[in-house]
Amino acid sequence: MSAKKRRTATDDLLRGVWRENPVLVQLLGLCPALAVTNSVVNGLAMGIATLAVILCSNFLVSLFKHWIPDAIRISTYVLVVATFVTVVDLLLAMILPEVQKALGAFVYLIVVNCMILSRQEVFASKQPVGRSILDAAGTGLGFLIALLLMGSIREVIGSGTFLGFSLFGPSYQPWTVMILPPGGFFTIGFILLARNWLTARKDRRSATRRWPHDLSWERPAA
Amino acid sequence: MNGLVWIFISAMLVNNFTFFYFLGLCPFMGISGRVETALRMGGANVFVLVVTSVTAWVLNTFILPYAPFLRLISFIVVIASVVQIVEMTIKKFSPRLFRELGMFLPLITTNCAILYLAIFQTNRGYDFLEGLVFAIGAGAGLTLALVLMASIRQQVDLSDVPEIAKGSALVFLIAGVLSLAFMGFAGLFGGI
Repeated sequence: MSAKKRRTATDDLLRGVWRENPVLVQLLGLCPALAVTNSVVNGLAMGIATLAVILCSNFLVSLFKHWIPDAIRISTYVLVVATFVTVVDLLLAMILPEVQKALGAFVYLIVVNCMILSRQEVFASKQPVGRSILDAAGTGLGFLIALLLMGSIREVIGSGTFLGFSLFGPSYQPWTVMILPPGGFFTIGFILLARNWLTARKDRRSATRRWPHDLSWERPAA
Repeated sequence: MNGLVWIFISAMLVNNFTFFYFLGLCPFMGISGRVETALRMGGANVFVLVVTSVTAWVLNTFILPYAPFLRLISFIVVIASVVQIVEMTIKKFSPRLFRELGMFLPLITTNCAILYLAIFQTNRGYDFLEGLVFAIGAGAGLTLALVLMASIRQQVDLSDVPEIAKGSALVFLIAGVLSLAFMGFAGLFGGI
């Protein structure tokens, strides 16, 4: 494998994890990201289920990309995803029935997760199988990380536990609102605030560092 | 009769699709900039939800008892095609209505609220009339959420917001506060 090839591969994998994180940067797949993250376990299960679905369907779409007619490609993608979601749901019901019950209908909603559809339309339908799998793994991992982040914040603050273990002792008064629906909105809102703040700070720093050499006074593009 | 009223209120306010189940967030973030657009989007939503409810009822009653594992796949495919057919019919018979709803219809079909309505209706075992009322209530709830958000955002556009809070971060925080307010409805009729 040449150095260039290896760089492309790493980029395919890492792009979705951080720089183009589906939830935190592209704001895709918000509905499951907010709905099931009231505990770490639920977020983990949802993240893994979605990762499995996006891996399988990206693989299949990329494999058959030359045979899928252009006019009905979106319906084909949806069908492929729906098939794998059915499989994942039945598997979950078999292995972890209580988690499947907790996630409820949100497992089915993986079908309409725009993150998966957008990866197939933008990437898997044009690129070779190997790169598509890497891309799916990166995006799925990014989604999983975002869910874990939100699930941890909400569970730690909202119930004072992490993965069910008590963190602060019995005197801790949990902020129950964080595990209720408003908490989901507040958590993603504050995460986005933090992201904006970090970006703004980085831009400011690179602007001051560049200043003596580069006398253009324009603000860096946001 | 009382049951129908309860289903409507519950779908519209107590378990509002946007603020309680986080459904339909994509259009909620994208289209809630102006009140007029939000109203139109809401109308299109009600329309698609009703079509979905009827379709899901037909599927559940006549076809799916024979093949339960095909539920998800058939919901997606059949609902998408029915909406497409209805859209073409409207385009032919009432171009004016099509212009008003038009571009939103295909978008809404891939909205998670639609699929969730079909699944929810199945899980709860609603009959035809109950399903219809549930769909109208859910649509009214989505419209309410969109219009509320749009009117707040129109005001926010005129105010001096800190640089880092501009855009989606602020919209989410406002949605959180609205969601808190909607939780107040949980006490209606002596709780859920």
